[in-house]
Amino acid sequence: MPPYLVGREKVREFSRAVFATNPINFDPDAARAAGHSDIVAPPTFAVVVQEATLAQLLAEPDAGIDFTRVVHGDQRFSYSRPIVAGDELTATLRVASVKSLGGHSMVTAESTVVDATGAHVVTATSTLVVRGDE
Amino acid sequence: MTISAPVTPTLDSLTLGDIVAESSFPLTRDSLVRYAGASGDFNPIHYRDDVAHAVGLPGVLAHGMLTMGLAIQPVVDWVGDSSRVLDYQVRFTRPVPVDPDLGAVVTVVAKVGALDADAGVARIDLTVTFNSVTVLGKAQARVSLV
Repeated sequence: MPPYLVGREKVREFSRAVFATNPINFDPDAARAAGHSDIVAPPTFAVVVQEATLAQLLAEPDAGIDFTRVVHGDQRFSYSRPIVAGDELTATLRVASVKSLGGHSMVTAESTVVDATGAHVVTATSTLVVRGDE
Repeated sequence: MTISAPVTPTLDSLTLGDIVAESSFPLTRDSLVRYAGASGDFNPIHYRDDVAHAVGLPGVLAHGMLTMGLAIQPVVDWVGDSSRVLDYQVRFTRPVPVDPDLGAVVTVVAKVGALDADAGVARIDLTVTFNSVTVLGKAQARVSLV
């Protein structure tokens, strides 16, 4: 997959959707005044980049996962630096663990996101619970 | 628009258990559609009651990631810069059903959970509730106050 190019309007759209009000999430001048090269994405924005890798996992026929039975168990973001508009990001997903628990399956997926220079930006870790038949 | 540099709280001004921020977020079905488009998460359980019912849910639920995303905002406003959030984790313990007419109000209280003076980092623990019931577990953010 080609890198994910972080667009300024996408950052604004996402910021509005998570009720962000901080000027550095919307206004390039405010972001630059705070020392950033462009507007800064909110802390959970990495999910947008991670989503593409999770979609690949969920669409994988061998994984046999029913989308509507997937429940998000937990989520973590560990940042080396914030995501800013203009970043070209590449995510690599690794299935860290698969567990069965009372008919449900728990899949822990760890997506490592790097920038155009290959430097680490954020690691996004998700545990997805695939609910079994009731 | 006047731009003033945000004032960052200092670590030594904080005490364990201090409430540093609190806020309430009224969600509607519109909020969920907006978040679906912004995030790319088009799981129909977040906008179709029939699909939600068919998989045994009470109705349309808020995206867990929407709850996670808004819950950190009072902390971002407190520290003044979202890039100070170094690490943020939550466990999705209970769903937030969003009524088509009444919506749902999610309330966030952020407290100081731990202080690491050497690293200049505070751990902020979030209590996130809907209808007085906690919906996120182990909701913690590490924020840099250097």
